[in-house]
Amino acid sequence: MSEVVMQIDGKEVKAGDGTTVLQAARSAGIRIPTLCHHDKLEPFGACRMCMVEVEVRGRKNYVVSCLYPVAKDLLVRTRSERVDKIRRVILEELLAHAPNSPELVALAAEYGADRDRFDKDPSFCILCGLCVRYCAEVKGKNAVDFIERGARREISFIPEIAAKECWECQECFALCPTSYAQAAYFLTEALAFPGRRKKASAPSA
Amino acid sequence: MRDDEIDKIIEKHRSKAGDLIHVLMEIQHENHWLPRDVLHRAAEALDIPFSRVMRVATLYKTFSLTPKGRHEVHVCTGISCHLRGAAKLLETVQRVTGIKPGETDAEARFSLETGSCLGSCSLAPEIIVNGTHHARMTPAKVEDVLKDYQ
Amino acid sequence: MNRLQSAAELENFRAGILAARDPAKPCFAVCAGAACDGLDSARVASAFEAEVAKLGPGAGVEVRVTGCHGYCEKGPNVVGPHDICYFEVKPEDAPEIVARTVDGEVVERLVYAHPDTGEKAVHMADVPFYKHQTRLLIGDNTRIDPMRIDDYLAVGGYAALAKALFQMTPDQVLDEVKQANLRGRGGGGFPAGQKWETAKNAPGEEKYVIVNAHEGEPGAFMDRALFTGNPHKVLEGLIIGAWAIGSHRGFIYTRHDAPQLIKHIETALAQAEGYGLLGENILGSGFDFRVEVHFDVGIFVSGESSALMRSIEGNPPEPRPKYIRTSVAGIWDKPSNLNNVETWANVPQIISRGADWYKSIGTEGSKGTKLVSLSGNVVNSGVVEVPMGTPLRKIVYDIGGGIPGGKAAKAVHFGGPMGGSIPASLIDAPLDFDELAKLGAPIGAGGLLVMDEDTDMVDVARYFLEFLTNESCGKCVPCREGMRQTLKVLTNITKGKGRSGDIARLEDLSDVTGAACLCALGRTASDPLKSMLRYFRDEYETRIAGGSAVR
Repeated sequence: MSEVVMQIDGKEVKAGDGTTVLQAARSAGIRIPTLCHHDKLEPFGACRMCMVEVEVRGRKNYVVSCLYPVAKDLLVRTRSERVDKIRRVILEELLAHAPNSPELVALAAEYGADRDRFDKDPSFCILCGLCVRYCAEVKGKNAVDFIERGARREISFIPEIAAKECWECQECFALCPTSYAQAAYFLTEALAFPGRRKKASAPSA
Repeated sequence: MRDDEIDKIIEKHRSKAGDLIHVLMEIQHENHWLPRDVLHRAAEALDIPFSRVMRVATLYKTFSLTPKGRHEVHVCTGISCHLRGAAKLLETVQRVTGIKPGETDAEARFSLETGSCLGSCSLAPEIIVNGTHHARMTPAKVEDVLKDYQ
Repeated sequence: MNRLQSAAELENFRAGILAARDPAKPCFAVCAGAACDGLDSARVASAFEAEVAKLGPGAGVEVRVTGCHGYCEKGPNVVGPHDICYFEVKPEDAPEIVARTVDGEVVERLVYAHPDTGEKAVHMADVPFYKHQTRLLIGDNTRIDPMRIDDYLAVGGYAALAKALFQMTPDQVLDEVKQANLRGRGGGGFPAGQKWETAKNAPGEEKYVIVNAHEGEPGAFMDRALFTGNPHKVLEGLIIGAWAIGSHRGFIYTRHDAPQLIKHIETALAQAEGYGLLGENILGSGFDFRVEVHFDVGIFVSGESSALMRSIEGNPPEPRPKYIRTSVAGIWDKPSNLNNVETWANVPQIISRGADWYKSIGTEGSKGTKLVSLSGNVVNSGVVEVPMGTPLRKIVYDIGGGIPGGKAAKAVHFGGPMGGSIPASLIDAPLDFDELAKLGAPIGAGGLLVMDEDTDMVDVARYFLEFLTNESCGKCVPCREGMRQTLKVLTNITKGKGRSGDIARLEDLSDVTGAACLCALGRTASDPLKSMLRYFRDEYETRIAGGSAVR
């Protein structure tokens, strides 16, 4: 694979042609925050936290580094007043859902985000999609997916599949930044197939 | 709908691009709603994960996962209708039918939807019942118009 | 009918159609466009047909059910011989109109009368609404029954296609469209020729062309009026584009809730195919091209080009976050050129009459004519077509007849939920992509909303935000959450519960939404609000400070 030479935060970085700015930054030890990214999954481009400033032929643009391809002589800035503002407001919007998520709280401290800036919303899911995508791309089970649209979008466990697959797996629970995936599973179980798990794990039928 | 009727629709659209959408559209049109077992049938026949079928079925307003009423009442809430008084019209329709947008009443007489712009903005504000336009409506005319739909 | 196998056969066939038609024969064009149809024009058409039938077959009077004439406010519309225009026609008027017309007379009570002066105008060229327009695209609607391809051939249809296939190379066709500076009419205003070229040059043999007929912008109804009334014009443009780009497969993506439009498209496709104008070996040229129809099932975002392509693939219509143009990698990652209905409709005339002719209309940066859906607080709402560069004042007052009830205009809004409002003081601004974008009210698809002095500008911004929160796919945070929070603040203000710091909150939210969203829907979602804060800031401040729910 051929390499391109670019700059990230003033530092010269060599990156494989066809890789993303995020991958290039990580290989150079430069940290860019992410919420919906996972190395085992296809980049999603939903949380927008990894936005960086790029400059190409004198023109500046703001792009998500998890998807933006590296290019020769690309100038990348991972922090700036504008980039930081974008991250801060996104965090404030998410903290309205999950004010106690450890990951969000840590980032909030770094970017000066105020967890009380916006009115709170009852759902503590931040719709990062890690659970949905993990179940589809890594496990191939499709037990959980998004439903609805816009502000009403949420994740939903499919009872018919979850009843068979989830208890033995549970791998998406650890990925969830807010514990919502775990809560959603248990709620689905309680409503749609209560008692089945107990029976299955009972010592005798 | 019977299983063979569903299967016929599935086969008709099977090789098309975006076959799932065509199938769900036709079933919704015929049956006025999408029962869960029908969605399972379509998922299996088209080899699409059930979760994706659910995602598509819940994403679009046109698809209904619950049975609809005999009469579909659509209050246009496009901007032209809005500027000509659609909000007040909707309030009256909600009062007369007893339901909110997205709902069906207990006797399955009316289902109410709002939504945008059916492209006849000069008739604003409009109510469309079962495809029939009731143009240049006022709240005062609502009861009269709806009483004919039993 | 055998398929036409050459340009000469097409011209002979056309000559045959014209020879069989008697121009002296009176014809009544009854509008079946969306608004007229909603006013029961079908019964008007039946009444005319019944009346004409009574005259017997030798009488030589024709009734033609057409697409949208444009003057939606005054429907049901009937255009008689010599372009006599009858308005608000009822079924019971048919006998009188037919009888008097046969006698060479006019039914005075049904012609246009100026609301203030009472002055009458009988012919289309004298009716104020029509006379200030330049109806290059929609003018043919009164002459065409969309279910009859012969009507389109009679007005010169498909001659441009024959010219493109037999007298020009694909590169020459592409050059002509580039020269003409045809800019996209769907909202982006991007140079169509450039997009075509990118798709043409992108690697890969298989390329697609797409008609975006998903007209979702609230208040925009001209695409449906054009496509439903003259589907062949759009189809001809599409085939010419496919020839230029090297595509053999086309997609028409349209709304599912427009049954008349769907029927007309499907009939047009079948009839074109039957005549050899579509499908294999078009007009004997060796060029193959087929078209299929796909549907949106009720979400605005599926009009966004990458979302639309995902929908055709069978996926949920989520815009693609990848940084690669759809003209390079679109449907199934193949080069896909998408254009709006109106953009495609412009192509045949550019080929027939040349880029130089096309460039003579419009302004430096915006060429040709534009269809505008005029609605809201305006006397004459309907579909209007004017040259680019026309001052908005002319559209609103000369064509639109001004504001009903003698009220003053407060603002005009372009671009729907992705556009902006400008105050009435700027009404001399020209209809121009760049000029209006600079003012914060980009043309968008061309829906022009007129708002009178009683309009609540906080409510208008709130309305558009509410629309978008319902129509967003919900994937990315700044769109979903940013709009949710913006809507909360605006709703509180409209209820008299504004708090100090609200404007700062709104500005921050708009700023980040505009910069960080994944697709154009999100990025432009806060534009209406931004235009309000630019021109109507004091109204917002007063509402917040005064705590009042109404103006």
